[in-house]
Amino acid sequence: MSSVSARLRLRQRAVDLEVGVDDGEVLAVLGANGAGKSTLLQTIAGLVRPDDGRVAIGDQVVTDTRAGIFVPAHRRGTALLAQRAMLFPHLTVEANVAYAPRCRGLSRRAARERARHWLDAVGVGDLARRRPAQLSGGQAQRVALARALAAEPRVLLLDEPFAALDVTAAPALRRLLRDLVRAQGTTAAIVTHEVLDALALADTAVVIENGVVAERGPVRSMLTAPRSDFGARIAGVNLVAGTMSEPGRLRTAWGDHIAGLGDVDTGAAAVALFRPSAVAVHPEPPSGSPRNVFPVTIADVDLRGPLVRVRGGELPDGGTGLAADVTAAAAVDLALEPGRDVYFAVKAQEVALHGAPHRLPS
Amino acid sequence: MRRLLAVVAVAAALCSACSSARPPAGTLTVFAAASLKTPFTELAHRFEKAHSATTVTLNFAGSSDLVAQLDQGAPADVFASADTANMTKAVDARLVAGSPVDFATNTLTIVTRPGNPRGIRGFADLAAPGLQLVVCAPQVPCGAATARLEESTGVTLRPVSEESSVTDVLGKVTSGQGDAGLVYVTDAATAGDTVTAVPFPEARGAVNVYPIAVLEKAGDRSSAAAFVELVTGAEGRKVLSDAGFAQP
Amino acid sequence: MTDNRGDGTVPVGLPAWLYAPACLGALFVVIPLVAIIARIDWPHFVPLVTSESARAALILSVKTSAASTALCVALGAPMALVLARGRFPGRSVLRALVLLPLVLPPVVGGIALLYTFGRQGLLGHQLELIGVRVAFSTTAVVLAQSFVSLPFLVVSLEGALRSAGAGYEHVAATLGAGPGTVLRTVTLPLVWPGLVSGAVLAFARSLGEFGATLTFAGSLQGVTRTLPLEIYLQRETDADAAVALSLLLIAVAAVIVVGSTARRRPGLS
Repeated sequence: MSSVSARLRLRQRAVDLEVGVDDGEVLAVLGANGAGKSTLLQTIAGLVRPDDGRVAIGDQVVTDTRAGIFVPAHRRGTALLAQRAMLFPHLTVEANVAYAPRCRGLSRRAARERARHWLDAVGVGDLARRRPAQLSGGQAQRVALARALAAEPRVLLLDEPFAALDVTAAPALRRLLRDLVRAQGTTAAIVTHEVLDALALADTAVVIENGVVAERGPVRSMLTAPRSDFGARIAGVNLVAGTMSEPGRLRTAWGDHIAGLGDVDTGAAAVALFRPSAVAVHPEPPSGSPRNVFPVTIADVDLRGPLVRVRGGELPDGGTGLAADVTAAAAVDLALEPGRDVYFAVKAQEVALHGAPHRLPS
Repeated sequence: MRRLLAVVAVAAALCSACSSARPPAGTLTVFAAASLKTPFTELAHRFEKAHSATTVTLNFAGSSDLVAQLDQGAPADVFASADTANMTKAVDARLVAGSPVDFATNTLTIVTRPGNPRGIRGFADLAAPGLQLVVCAPQVPCGAATARLEESTGVTLRPVSEESSVTDVLGKVTSGQGDAGLVYVTDAATAGDTVTAVPFPEARGAVNVYPIAVLEKAGDRSSAAAFVELVTGAEGRKVLSDAGFAQP
Repeated sequence: MTDNRGDGTVPVGLPAWLYAPACLGALFVVIPLVAIIARIDWPHFVPLVTSESARAALILSVKTSAASTALCVALGAPMALVLARGRFPGRSVLRALVLLPLVLPPVVGGIALLYTFGRQGLLGHQLELIGVRVAFSTTAVVLAQSFVSLPFLVVSLEGALRSAGAGYEHVAATLGAGPGTVLRTVTLPLVWPGLVSGAVLAFARSLGEFGATLTFAGSLQGVTRTLPLEIYLQRETDADAAVALSLLLIAVAAVIVVGSTARRRPGLS
């Protein structure tokens, strides 16, 4: 049994959380930077002692401030994989992966065999004799993953493991991790900003905001149909709430209509979801096929890599303003800046309609 | 511009330190062995009172250090050494004008912790096994005297430490580290109650003779000669004997 | 990725005028050494440095410096680890106290040791009662050298530990390594260069130690008269011997320092 239940409060880091992971489940932990996600993982791993709290792994209570119990990190059976691979620079790749088996008392030869097994499993068996300084970022993370899995942990803790990898390395590692975790049935918690990580790897997701749990639920429904605006913002999805006026058409609280795809009964409460990258920005009301056009006063303009995210002001019913992603060149051409009135247009094909029976006010 | 001024200022400061510092006129510089500190300080005062235009600057150090300084060009007018060997070195190095004059002698005495807990009565007792004896190293004048005593008495000493200066020997006894030490009678006199002195007759067998001389590089030969006269005259002899020195 | 020289990188933070004071500094150190070498009486050099007293002093110096370096490592490494990684009240006070021997004139250090281990000293008194005498012994020399050299090792190692950070140690712990294993397999290997350079500094400082030794241990050939003390003594009568022995001391120190920088294990530098 390797479920995890954690209740912790740390005044200095402004964190007050209660989180649980079932045996064999993978939990995605989402939240803004500094919200307390890393603190959660470090507390479960035994690297941080909360002011007040209780952590149990399986049947074993590993931290209990009231009862004065604190099992040190090296006896918890948790493995931590971080953004930086943190491979021991003075050991070869093979020695790195063999570290945990050696700590458990395996002979040098047996540990080496285990190491080779895991290195092959992550696809870098040929790098066994190399030193960490000679590896690329993606290779190093693979080795770090092998090292963590070679420890045969009860719980695998991942703290934004792919954030430092380039666009080609991340997807491959994501697939690898998914296959390994599912094959082993490992209990895991993964902190991530990347929606794709959560969708690919996790069963459940939890959102942490300002040190407290803001929302929790099955990952698929949470990201595609987040019940809170904060969840929507994290997922980077546009969300407009309303009621279904007819199949494929949602009527907002202020009387506008949004056309989209989705099987929701007429009259039911629903949310329309669409990606900012599916939204086009027009200086004048556009003619043509887009069925959904929203007049928007730009509230802020945000540079995100090669794209510019243009966010409109709050919706009349209080919902988060709509967001559109445009190229930097387009933003300059259109002179997009806060205060300008523009039109957001999105094809009905890009809008997903979902029922929202437990719609909570944001 | 500011940086240039700073560089010039630093250079000027360094240059002023480089040039040999000639003492101002009316100064008499006396290099004297460390054991002469008390008597020579007193004699310097008296000289200044008698010659109101002159200030006496005293430099006390080990005799060989003083010779080395003089050899390297240190400006001085008078040199008083704790033994003939060092004065001979100075003469050989052509630092001395005329001939040196012997003006005092110093002999060794035994010093022990106050009360003489080990009951040392004579030179032979210093060879007692287990005694923590501290002496001067043979390379310094008081150590040379110690070696001469060992030879003349036939007693072999087994000290636990051979110090480079007689002050250190005295210090080891006064701090309680050493049971006994061999120092000059003048040092024992200065130490007063902090030690118990045990004089011994054999000391007369190893006497250090102190010579004094006017230096070749003296700025004012007559002033230097006057100081030497004061030291060797009746007044000087009185002050020296008060400190424990004997006459040659 | 371990050695960046020769990879074409341009030193952008190094204005050309820096070379002038840097050269001046180098000359400031080198020229006095050249002055000593120029004074050597070469025909007599070998007999002067192989005389019985010189040999005794050299062997004693090397023995005691090695012993005090070992003592510094045995005591200083744990101190550095505790200061760098430990969490307890008064840590900054302890760190300041450890640096005290650096600031004290060595003679003052010798006096302090005297009042501690001397016959009538704080601990010396108790030691006398059980028949242990420290004064005038080779042990006293080792104690004096350790006292002045310990800060060098602690500061060097603590600096290395702090810049290495505890990240790798955390990883090792999560992989199942207990504190002792973490220390042995991760912490120490990663700061090995810092430990070695600290030990070399301590050794060099011990080799040149004079004031505390003279005040606390005394001076007797073969027992407490280390090379610096022998030079001090030879100065009284034989300047040539003093200069020759000085060159010997410089040469020994140079061999140690250069020899230690030549061998480097891969780690964090």
